[in-house]
Amino acid sequence: MSANATFVSIASLKKGQQAVSEVIETGGGCGTTGGEGKASCGSSDGQGDMPAEIWDKVKNHPCYSEEAHHHFARMHVAVAPACNIQCNYCNRKYDCSNESRPGVVSQKLTPEQAVKKVLAVASEIPQMTVLGIAGPGDALANPKKTFDTMSALAEKAPDIKLCLSTNGLALPDQVDEICKYNIDHVTITINMVDPEVGAKIYPWIFWDHKRVTGVEASRILHERQMLGLEMLTARGVLTKINSVLIPGVNDEHLIEVNREVKKRGAFLHNIMPLISEAEHGTVFGLTGQRGPTAQELKAVQDACMGGANLMRHCRQCRADAVGLLGEDRSEEFTLDKIDAMGDIAYDLDKRQAYQAKVELERQSQHQAKVDALAAQLDLDNIDPDMTVLMAVATEGHGKVNQHFGHATEFQIFEVNKDKAQFVGHRRVDLYCQGGYGEDEQLPSIVRAINDCHAVLVAKIGACPRDELKAAGIEPVDEYAHEYIEKAALSWFGNYRKRIANGELRHVPRGDAEIRQGALTAAAEAEA
Amino acid sequence: MALKIIASTCTGCSACEPECPNVAIREKGGTFIIDPAKCTECEGQFDSPQCVAVCPVDGCIKKA
Repeated sequence: MSANATFVSIASLKKGQQAVSEVIETGGGCGTTGGEGKASCGSSDGQGDMPAEIWDKVKNHPCYSEEAHHHFARMHVAVAPACNIQCNYCNRKYDCSNESRPGVVSQKLTPEQAVKKVLAVASEIPQMTVLGIAGPGDALANPKKTFDTMSALAEKAPDIKLCLSTNGLALPDQVDEICKYNIDHVTITINMVDPEVGAKIYPWIFWDHKRVTGVEASRILHERQMLGLEMLTARGVLTKINSVLIPGVNDEHLIEVNREVKKRGAFLHNIMPLISEAEHGTVFGLTGQRGPTAQELKAVQDACMGGANLMRHCRQCRADAVGLLGEDRSEEFTLDKIDAMGDIAYDLDKRQAYQAKVELERQSQHQAKVDALAAQLDLDNIDPDMTVLMAVATEGHGKVNQHFGHATEFQIFEVNKDKAQFVGHRRVDLYCQGGYGEDEQLPSIVRAINDCHAVLVAKIGACPRDELKAAGIEPVDEYAHEYIEKAALSWFGNYRKRIANGELRHVPRGDAEIRQGALTAAAEAEA
Repeated sequence: MALKIIASTCTGCSACEPECPNVAIREKGGTFIIDPAKCTECEGQFDSPQCVAVCPVDGCIKKA
């Protein structure tokens, strides 16, 4: 296969097709009140007290609404290869490892090719509601390519929401253009608000016709980021801040970043783990700078809960990704295939009918969660604050509907008697390959979900079942094909009952590992 | 007096192309090339050659 690798097999692409016709998802989403809101992205409050015009912007956006990410697809087109800064977690031989995944090269497109690709994908996949330009370099370091693409799409596919990602250096100069094309979501990668910290992350920037290095480079970048963010907030453009968590460099500092960006009106803050392996050839990869563990990431995310709304469902997709978050269908829409498609008819009615159906299904799942919460009992001898993490194998639709052996990632839910909240996801290496379980993969899966008390699956083989039990993680298949929150709360109610009866003892779990290799292993396997 | 891009290390990112004050840079086969007849190494125009300053690959652009 070409360098334009994909993460999914043909079989899972067919599942993607199924997702088009059968879609049900959870209630809730990014409840917020804008600048002063403190609900997390995992909130189940849906619109809550969010002003209607903001809810309208985010409810069907998979990056801005945790709930929407099961129903709606986003697509990135790689029209912006150039960058104006250098990051120590990025090797430009491949793509930016922040906005794109390292070690996987995007197929670069001209604006004309990109527009045709978007129209082709939108016609085939009605849930594709969002088009982003996120590199492989910086969208605003390539303003002509970025805005040529955006202006054509604003005209030809007016129902598609446009968004872009930037490091912020060129942002203040481009705010007028951003507003001109109704680009109402902008992501800014902000890893620091202290240039001394920045100097450890950014070796140089290209600014005012010069290469600027050291603390001075980060000082300029920081000022431009803050100015750009303030200007977007003043113009009513929703902003998401991406931060790469680099242990020992900016981990605790991100709490300050969260506070500063919230103060300037950032809508959402997405704290992502550093992806760093020696073979990516990044500075951090070569110096052995490690990424965070799962609990280190969660600790920083939790510490920021009172600040800007946190996003926890980011899957660090690639610059040319197509599909629902966590699912990549880009191989169906390569340049050759799009060129062969001829003229593309844009079917707005089909798209709107799909979106209306999703709206109904979201409500039914939300109701299931409300009912399951109401059914939680008070038990005298159980700590009312007892909280556990649970791993869930799902193919989407908000249900426990995946075989343990087919999971390439688990969704993690934090559950207590008052909530069942999505808090993140863990990528794993596929256990089942060619119909047989790979026993050497199992320990790595256990490490990836080692902080969970249980794993909810549609089905699981005898061997991994025994190994999970031995590791203290309860495999649970009795809630197969039920809504995730309802299943999680039902299991948790039962777990508390068993403790109350003396059948088992509640033991806290340890930390888990963010399995970095799993981010690229699937791509390499298909390459 | 001119610079050249070492094609084997060029990532084809295009960052250099719009920075050139002499419009000497263009794409060829996925990477970029400098027209030596147009290149001035930015002398008298900027403190340092713009393509070298913006290129993400150290050593990719050298004196021809």
